[in-house]
Amino acid sequence: MPVTVRIPNYLAGFAEGKSAILVAGSPSDTRAVLEDLWRLHPALRDRIVDEQGEVRQHINIFVGNECIRFAEGLATAVPDGSEVMIVPAVSGG
Amino acid sequence: MPAVQHVSPKKGDVVVLVGTMKGAFVFSSDKSRKKWKVGGPYSIGSPVYTMAYDARQGRNRLWWAQQSFRWGCTLVSSDNFGKTVTEPEAYSVKFPEDTGLTLKNIWQLNMPSDQPDTIYCGVEPSALFVSRDAGKSWTPVEGLLKHPHRPKWTPGGGGQCLHTIVPHPKDKDRMSIAMSTGGVYRTNDGGVTWQARNQGVRAQFMPDKYPEFGQCVHKIARDPANPDRLYLQNHWGLYRSDDDGDTWTDIANGVPSDFGFGMVGHPRQADTAYIVPIESDEYRCTPEGKLRVYRTRNAGKSWEPLTRGLPQKDALETVLRDSLAADSLDPAGIYFGTRSGHLYGSHDDGNSWQVIHAGLPAIVCVKAAVVGGDGAASSSRKTSGAAKKAKASSGTKSKAKRR
Repeated sequence: MPVTVRIPNYLAGFAEGKSAILVAGSPSDTRAVLEDLWRLHPALRDRIVDEQGEVRQHINIFVGNECIRFAEGLATAVPDGSEVMIVPAVSGG
Repeated sequence: MPAVQHVSPKKGDVVVLVGTMKGAFVFSSDKSRKKWKVGGPYSIGSPVYTMAYDARQGRNRLWWAQQSFRWGCTLVSSDNFGKTVTEPEAYSVKFPEDTGLTLKNIWQLNMPSDQPDTIYCGVEPSALFVSRDAGKSWTPVEGLLKHPHRPKWTPGGGGQCLHTIVPHPKDKDRMSIAMSTGGVYRTNDGGVTWQARNQGVRAQFMPDKYPEFGQCVHKIARDPANPDRLYLQNHWGLYRSDDDGDTWTDIANGVPSDFGFGMVGHPRQADTAYIVPIESDEYRCTPEGKLRVYRTRNAGKSWEPLTRGLPQKDALETVLRDSLAADSLDPAGIYFGTRSGHLYGSHDDGNSWQVIHAGLPAIVCVKAAVVGGDGAASSSRKTSGAAKKAKASSGTKSKAKRR
């Protein structure tokens, strides 16, 4: 089953207006989901990860209800049919 | 979200570009510079630490850095003063993966007038990027990226930033940059090699007060009428160099403090520069609650306070390093912005001031330009009559607050 990636409104502007993106196939972990996401919508990459491929500091990614920061990071497993949410952190000034 | 307004300046009008902690604004006036219209905000909610206007080769293009604590930092541009803004799909200013560095912010844009497709930008962490195709693609300047001093550069309060870029107007291979901390560096070979140029500049916060490098230089500014002359506003210290940075001389004569950030040279009048002294590093506000721009007309031998139209009571203001600018008209327009969101302007070389706008977000960048380029930039360097008069009555020589 495809994985559904949900992105915030700001990023939808770089993904043909879509706030939910289906990633087909069976990506095994979060890194693979993101790689598929970049292929579908290349402009999302630089806004979500930095030059070193690390998720930007004030962005959280959840697989289901689990924040990958407190799991295995980009190696966090993504079960078939999961929902992956990319969420701006509650921070600012 | 606020309603976005636009301006439509014509050729010969003046634009003042204002970067704030919550977006970019464009102010526009005719040459009188007495009534201003405001456009913006653009990049709403984003800190904008640098803006620039490119009129070279018939362009009419604004650039600014849109920094987001969420989505990273990128350069954006507009060919119609903000009505439409181009944000690239892929960020164009990026460190190569093998450097291990990540871009935190873009602090400065510079467009050398003699190289119409070249743009430089200074970034945090300290590095210089160059574009040779008018901003489409960017590469880091290797000689500075791999400089042996890099491991010893340490961040000041604002971050480890390369915040000032000063090309030499008569030698395209020569350029000075400044960073906090690190100090001034100069290349004589188009960026292949860089030498520290801090001789005589104090580092108050180090055991060795006069190290080769490591100074916290807040701003350097060239004297447009005398290209080998530079002025330097240090983290404590006010200096002048007459040899393009080889040596520096203390010129804190008649200022209430030699701490400060912003600094700009007059566009035509030799020996003339402007600063806004700040009380101290502990208390970064204008001394005595008086908002005063100081001007020298004799290359720092003395400074005079410019106060007409500026609040002289209860004005606890901060003017940051890139928030003081000059246009190129005659008489020159001088502009500055405060952290309290006030934008001030003078249309008469600084002799009098008006509030152009109050109530902006905290201002971190002010730049001024004449739309369509400007004949004034290449006009006579003779000192005007008004300037001569002001020079004759220029400042006192009291001792600066300094450490």
